[in-house]
Amino acid sequence: MKRALIFLALASLSWGSAMAFADDRRDAILADLAAQAVAADPAFTAFSADRGKAFFLATPSSGKPDTPSCTTCHTKDPKAKGQTRAGKEILPMAVSKTPDRFTDAEKVAKWFLRNCSSVLGRECTAAEKGDFITNMAAQ
Amino acid sequence: MSLAIRATTAIAACALAALTLGVSPAEALSLPKVEDPATLKECSTCHMVYQPQLLPQRSWDAMLSHLADHFGENAKLDDAMRIDILSYLLANAADAPDTKGKSGVLRGIAADSVPDRITSLPWWKGRHDEVNLSNLKSTKVKTASNCIGCHTTADKGEYHE
Ligand code: HEC
Ligand code: HEC
Ligand code: HEC
Repeated sequence: MKRALIFLALASLSWGSAMAFADDRRDAILADLAAQAVAADPAFTAFSADRGKAFFLATPSSGKPDTPSCTTCHTKDPKAKGQTRAGKEILPMAVSKTPDRFTDAEKVAKWFLRNCSSVLGRECTAAEKGDFITNMAAQ
Repeated sequence: MSLAIRATTAIAACALAALTLGVSPAEALSLPKVEDPATLKECSTCHMVYQPQLLPQRSWDAMLSHLADHFGENAKLDDAMRIDILSYLLANAADAPDTKGKSGVLRGIAADSVPDRITSLPWWKGRHDEVNLSNLKSTKVKTASNCIGCHTTADKGEYHE
């Protein structure tokens, strides 16, 4: 299922079932990112899982040589476990596999800051972050 | 005690090599488990949390002052968190006054040199000179820094081959 979410709908979205609480927190993070994306670009309408997937698989070659892509650590398969450069296991990014992904705003902000600077050599835009989470939430 | 057992079971070749090098035979190392919540939370996501007793104060000080470029990665923290962690690391560093059981990790280190890694210490190299570290990258262990990849109880501070 594609979750191309229109930001106006986000705040009121409720999935009503088992993971409702985690989903609410993730949706709140997405709503916040959507507001930032609109502020940066008034033409912004919605996050896209497809753009998020392309972003995840890309090799931007503007970051640090040891971390050419998000997939360096998270692997190309969001449902698979990843591994850090220092050999520690990383749980899958796909929300279906790791339900509490993208539910702690502080954690999300910290890792985007670090990983975007390592891989892209700059911060990620709100649109990139929202696309990324939207893609992982659909996996 | 494990130390005595370890000493008596050390294989002859190893003991001989150690003797000719003038160091004591390899012995198990037992350090306090890291319990500091801030350090556990922030320093154990990319690798196992390293015990502060494994580096001197000046190394921790230098490392925590450039976390944005931490071995090719960005491990930046906000300042309050950074200072919280640093004070724990400094209080328990290899050369901190209250650190017990002098493990000899600083052997052979000049007072004015600032080792950036545990794995660069002569002590660590001496303990691993019989270990094949050349192909780690293609294995699951990946790197010499992944202590727990070989020492399964390293996160509890227990190192015995
Ligand atoms: C050098 C290894 C590495 C690379 C490269 C990397 N990550 Fe990560 N990422 C991690 C680690 C380690 C964590 C924290 C462990 C965990 O959450 O399981 C993490 C966590 C995250 C989180 C937080 C997840 C949550 O549960 O809230 C996000 C978001 C994230 N990464 C996005 C990215 C993006 C986007 C890229 C590419 C631009 C990327 N990562 C590249 C290692 C990496
Ligand atoms: C974003 C990921 C990340 C985080 C967070 C992180 N580190 Fe590291 N650390 C690394 C990498 C990568 C290496 C190098 C591993 C290698 O060379 O194989 C490393 C290496 C080290 C080493 C040297 C290991 C050796 O080879 O002797 C120490 C000590 C260390 N880190 C301490 C810390 C401390 C203290 C913190 C918390 C303030 C921390 N790290 C947080 C990624 C991280
Ligand atoms: C590739 C596997 C590997 C890795 C990675 C590794 N070690 Fe070891 N280590 C060994 C082996 C094998 C021995 C035993 C060597 C011997 O007895 O000759 C050893 C011995 C030791 C000893 C001496 C204890 C004893 O009983 O002999 C200590 C202390 C130690 N390692 C600490 C570390 C620390 C700290 C790290 C991470 C910074 C680390 N090791 C990473 C394999 C490893």
